[in-house]
Amino acid sequence: MQPDERQAPSATPLLEVRDLQTTFDLTKTLSVRAVDGVSFEVHAGETLAIVGESGSGKSVTSLSIMGLLPKDVGRVSGGSIKLNGHEITTLSDTEMREIRGKEIGMIFQEPMTSLNPVHTVGQQIAEMVIRHQNLSKAKARARAIEMLELVGIPEPTTRVDNYPHEMSGGMRQRAMIAMALACEPRILIADEPTTALDVTIQAQMLELMQDLQQKLGMAIIFITHDLGVVAEVADRVVVMYAAQVVETGGVEDIFRNPRMPYTAGLMNSIPRLGSSINKTRLEAIPGTVPALTSLPEGCRFHPRCAFATEVCKTTSPVLEDASDGHMIRCTRWQELNLSERRAS
Amino acid sequence: MTMPLLQVDKLRKYFPIHGGVLQRVVNNVKAVDDVSFDINAGEVVGLVGESGSGKTTVGRTILRLEHATSGEVRFGGADVMGLNASEMRAYRKRMQIIFQDPYASLNPREKVREVLTHPLKLHKIGAASEHEDRAAALLEKVGLSRDHLARFPHEFSGGQRQRIGIARALAVEPEFIVADEPVSALDVSIQAQVINLLEDLKNDLDLTMLFIAHDLGVVEHICDRVIVMYLGRVMEIASAADLYARPNHPYTQALLSAVPIPEPGKRRSRTVLKGDIPSPINPPSGCVFRTRCPMATAECAKVVPELKSVGDGHASACIHTT
Repeated sequence: MQPDERQAPSATPLLEVRDLQTTFDLTKTLSVRAVDGVSFEVHAGETLAIVGESGSGKSVTSLSIMGLLPKDVGRVSGGSIKLNGHEITTLSDTEMREIRGKEIGMIFQEPMTSLNPVHTVGQQIAEMVIRHQNLSKAKARARAIEMLELVGIPEPTTRVDNYPHEMSGGMRQRAMIAMALACEPRILIADEPTTALDVTIQAQMLELMQDLQQKLGMAIIFITHDLGVVAEVADRVVVMYAAQVVETGGVEDIFRNPRMPYTAGLMNSIPRLGSSINKTRLEAIPGTVPALTSLPEGCRFHPRCAFATEVCKTTSPVLEDASDGHMIRCTRWQELNLSERRAS
Repeated sequence: MTMPLLQVDKLRKYFPIHGGVLQRVVNNVKAVDDVSFDINAGEVVGLVGESGSGKTTVGRTILRLEHATSGEVRFGGADVMGLNASEMRAYRKRMQIIFQDPYASLNPREKVREVLTHPLKLHKIGAASEHEDRAAALLEKVGLSRDHLARFPHEFSGGQRQRIGIARALAVEPEFIVADEPVSALDVSIQAQVINLLEDLKNDLDLTMLFIAHDLGVVEHICDRVIVMYLGRVMEIASAADLYARPNHPYTQALLSAVPIPEPGKRRSRTVLKGDIPSPINPPSGCVFRTRCPMATAECAKVVPELKSVGDGHASACIHTT
């Protein structure tokens, strides 16, 4: 978990997702691929952000990793997910249960969906450590208090006996993080963890997560649509559109030199607080995200793309490596100079 | 100087809490407390604050969708709170609202045609034979087309529904619109479309708008002036340019510093506020922000700070700033 270790290209990634395909059966005859050939890897101590709009497949990707796809409807239909080199898509429910919480911690947007309202926060954290670490009840309670203290909940010895409804929104979010981290997982998957929060509380949470990452050395997969948050927390970024990865690279590459028109469009469509250009007209991306049941031919982004040509309507672009891990899915990436347009 | 189109004076909205066997009023949620501001014709004024700050209640109370506990709202010089039902109807035509949730604010059983012609019928605007053409024109104005008249809301995406909501608000040709978080339920790429649309409409129709939002970037982009609220009270009022360049109130400063910058490695120096927003049932004495304020002193617990001028059109409610 040393910083230099994650830079070493030879090291096995903590999590390796290769060509992942997740299929949802909508009716007996109709199914859609909510995740279509997604690949990425995460190393220890690293933060990977997955960015995309609703329907892009970012949350389904995380549910696939955790083995939490809705039963009977969703399934991993192809590709592999390796945790520390071991395939996990073929594991049984029982085996996955061992991995969740212990190896992979999770936090969600709405804390009430992952906290049980009829148990105290302390009981829920204790249950985790009793299950995964075989601690005694007394030790588990002590651990729960320790975790609540770690995430900055005041008076942890009293708060440990609180039910979730007795806590404020921000405190619940902290309790959920405490629960996710109680067994010191090596990976934390955070699915829009700050989206429902006010900015002042969001700032607290981001600071807390970065702080904990430094202390515990875990990898974080941060799923969000907020580009400001991405710029702040991520080392690397995966941009998803219509179930596919359309661009991936280091955070500097993605923000300063986006080369896929969708990524560049996203960057230009956000109002930038406190900058002189914030009064100039936003560059909106026309149209809407296509439904998975009626994806366009060729490049999935072409109907909304200002640079689309005839080729884009018929040819599906593949992810190409532009430089040093900066991958782009666009037939025209070499001829387009998107960053120069932005710099104006 | 001309009279402001909207004048809000010492507006209060308390929601009573009933308790005990007799269900007496045992306490109040002080959602809006002593809020005063003006909006000039043609101006877009932003109302920002975190959840629980009372910003939505201010908007709803101005339109009399909630009854004010006390205070005055004057629109075009007339006292809105004192109007009777039929007088109020005439005012409703002049003041409209755009809601946050494009899924909840349209009746799922009404076709777009009904959504857009109802207000015309209700306010007796134009001949009935013209209504359909007017509705079609409205749709075109918001970037949709006449073909959409015969469709139901569920056939549209979130961004398109919000366009329909905007068209409905515009149907009666209002002078003033309260836009309550009109883009926060939308995806980023769609959000930009709707913001651009609102700007075009504002310029074309000379609309006056109260733009309620929690996204400070969006507010800076679209608004001329900004009101910052915290726990039911106004903390600061300034022109958008002034507020973002020279925030005066410690709350505004912390709020602005908390917004992540979409540029890697360029984090602003941040004041991370401790704790949560207190309950509006028992707001702190004196300055409501003092429990989280990095500058708070004993004095702050004693006096409720007045909104005082700190520059041209710039007012701040803090005893420590000058």
